[in-house]
Amino acid sequence: MAEANGTQITFLEAIKQAMFEEMERDPAVVLLGEDVGVYGGAFKTSEGLLERFGWERVIDTPISESAIIGAACGMSYAGLRPIAELQFIDFIVCAFNQITNFVAKGHYLWNAPAPMVMRGPAGGFVHGGPFHSANPEMYFVHTPGLKVIYPSTPYDAKGLLKAAVRDNNPVLFFEHKYLYRRIKGEVPAEDYTVPIGKAIVRREGKHLTIVSYAAMMHTSLEAAEALAKEGIEAEVIDLRTLLPLDEETILQSVKKTNKCLVVHEDTKTGGIAGEIAAILCEKAFGDLDGPLMRVTALDTPVPYSPPLEEYFLPNAKKVFDAAKQLARY
Amino acid sequence: MKTELTRQQYLDLYYYMRLNRAVEDTMVKLFRQNKIVGGLYSSLGQEAISVGTAYALEKKDWLAPMIRNIGALLVKGVPPRDVFMQHMAKYDSPTKGKDGTSHFGDLEKLHIVSPISMLGDLIPVMTGVAMAGRYLGQKIVTMTWIGDGGSSTGVFHEGLNFAATQKAPFVLILENNLWAYSTPVKRQVPLENLSDRAKAYGISSYSIDGNDVVEVFTTAREAVARARAGEGPILIEAKSFRRLGHAQHDPAEYVPKDMRAYWEARDPITLYEKFLMSKKLLDAKGEKDVEQKIEALLATERDFAENSPMPPPEFAATGVYCTGDDCHKIAPRWERPISEVTPPKSSVKPVWTVEGFGSGKSSGGAHAPIHFGDTKPNLEAETPGTAATKSNGSKPAAKSTGKKAAKPAAVSPARKGRV
Repeated sequence: MAEANGTQITFLEAIKQAMFEEMERDPAVVLLGEDVGVYGGAFKTSEGLLERFGWERVIDTPISESAIIGAACGMSYAGLRPIAELQFIDFIVCAFNQITNFVAKGHYLWNAPAPMVMRGPAGGFVHGGPFHSANPEMYFVHTPGLKVIYPSTPYDAKGLLKAAVRDNNPVLFFEHKYLYRRIKGEVPAEDYTVPIGKAIVRREGKHLTIVSYAAMMHTSLEAAEALAKEGIEAEVIDLRTLLPLDEETILQSVKKTNKCLVVHEDTKTGGIAGEIAAILCEKAFGDLDGPLMRVTALDTPVPYSPPLEEYFLPNAKKVFDAAKQLARY
Repeated sequence: MKTELTRQQYLDLYYYMRLNRAVEDTMVKLFRQNKIVGGLYSSLGQEAISVGTAYALEKKDWLAPMIRNIGALLVKGVPPRDVFMQHMAKYDSPTKGKDGTSHFGDLEKLHIVSPISMLGDLIPVMTGVAMAGRYLGQKIVTMTWIGDGGSSTGVFHEGLNFAATQKAPFVLILENNLWAYSTPVKRQVPLENLSDRAKAYGISSYSIDGNDVVEVFTTAREAVARARAGEGPILIEAKSFRRLGHAQHDPAEYVPKDMRAYWEARDPITLYEKFLMSKKLLDAKGEKDVEQKIEALLATERDFAENSPMPPPEFAATGVYCTGDDCHKIAPRWERPISEVTPPKSSVKPVWTVEGFGSGKSSGGAHAPIHFGDTKPNLEAETPGTAATKSNGSKPAAKSTGKKAAKPAAVSPARKGRV
């Protein structure tokens, strides 16, 4: 693994650096999306790319998600490695058919790889309301042919985005917008990637396993520190990639702790927690000393008003309470 | 418009129309013998469109067929056996049984993109291929087809609008066969000429007789040349008629008798034979020769297809993902100096421009306002835990004890309900 050079960068900067460096490294990499050029992106993730790489490689598009994804797919068929930005990941569903029927099925059906990245800001906690706060990852985790990444640290964001650009498959890359400027982390000075499909243990523990990803990983760590004060040592796993899911890391941890709590910001029904519960029942039934528990958002749209949104979303107290209950088994 | 063709071109168009029809006639027989496992969609009476348009493309150009464009595939070089095997779900078919009909492609040699059943999706995809081809300096044109029915989809408009803003070298053939399954075009689109749609995108268009293969070819040839020259996308509406039902199961009794009679009297192959004979390019012997040549070819092709095995069941579980360079070595074919698209040259004017748009410089900076949440970023105040609740006085999420990777800074979005 590459050594960190001591430079602390924000999550947002990590995304920008990854795109910049990949475009610098490979002229087949282009960026297209709404307001990515002159404006530098609604979140400034592509700031400066137009000056560096020019109009042919940094492409401002109409408000047409299906056209953005479709065109990126066509570019990938011609050997390019496009990065398609969704201004807010909520709008990705406007291109749902393009992604799930065209992009995802091509390799299986007619041997056509589509090396493309679809990325954009996701998640709540910023009072964006029901159409600017979504976590629609599970629509796509249910689609064979895609890879789905949702990182939690600047190091992973940069390394995984670079890996996604170099992957020969269509990759969805979710960026939690709450983390963009609220988190800093070290990244190496030299080129590095983080492998797609590998979870990581963020905190070791022996009493229970908390599986999480993206912003909720930080919430889970906060809860774990509080739990430690009560003598409960939680192991915290950051999934990083949701598809393909790193079953091995989860199974190994549960073998040790015998208990599992899944924390996600996505709504409850059909969230990744259900899938992990099924995997544990199939492959680790004998290891479990308690029920799989879930702390998730409510099964509602994301509400706008702060008290409503805070009620809707998981938080460290909810994680703490659930973990304490689980630890009693 | 230059309408003269070489003798070879005239005869090629004839050959491919006859081949198109003979391939589909053969498939009707296979269908009736229960050898085609799924649906069969006919282009009877529309052969002049598939053949005449695809024949205007160069070898390096790309196309993406729709369900009724078997003729375009044949012109592009797909052997009839592939078409038969696709319909018969055979293991030797281009998709090895994973999909049927015209749903297959070839990125490497023939430059064909596979369609999907959802209409209109190919339009942005072929726009993207066209943009990539231009970027790589290949001077290619891309082409796809859409029906009168498919022209009502959202992605038709999104795709064509995007192609227009990009001035993509792309030609869209709108096959107006008057019927979208059982619904007549007048119930789909309130326009006399569907080419009028082009006005909305500021692009050039043509409305032509889709049963006149010479008109189809010469128009497509001109459109392809204009697109290649950088004029942007071009829409061609080819008016025709779907002589059979939506698919084999559909007797199409909803079609008025006089409408059917009118179009049956305007069969594109019969019309073209008369034309060729009047020009002394074809006689009875020539016609017989073509027929025999096609018969012999299709006997072999059909034989091969029928003898191909069905796929082994477990093949269903393979191939969802590209596994890397061992699976596909992906490398664009550069036909311009890479230095033109890499710094410092990449920051100058591109091969196409949109007048009056932007300065080529982006705005703001590392601390520019962003769309939501922290237009005035203040890392200290925003870091949760600095105001932890009094209940148990827990500290904010401490440093990760994770095995590897950079340590995440303390942050948790749960500002209320902190433990």
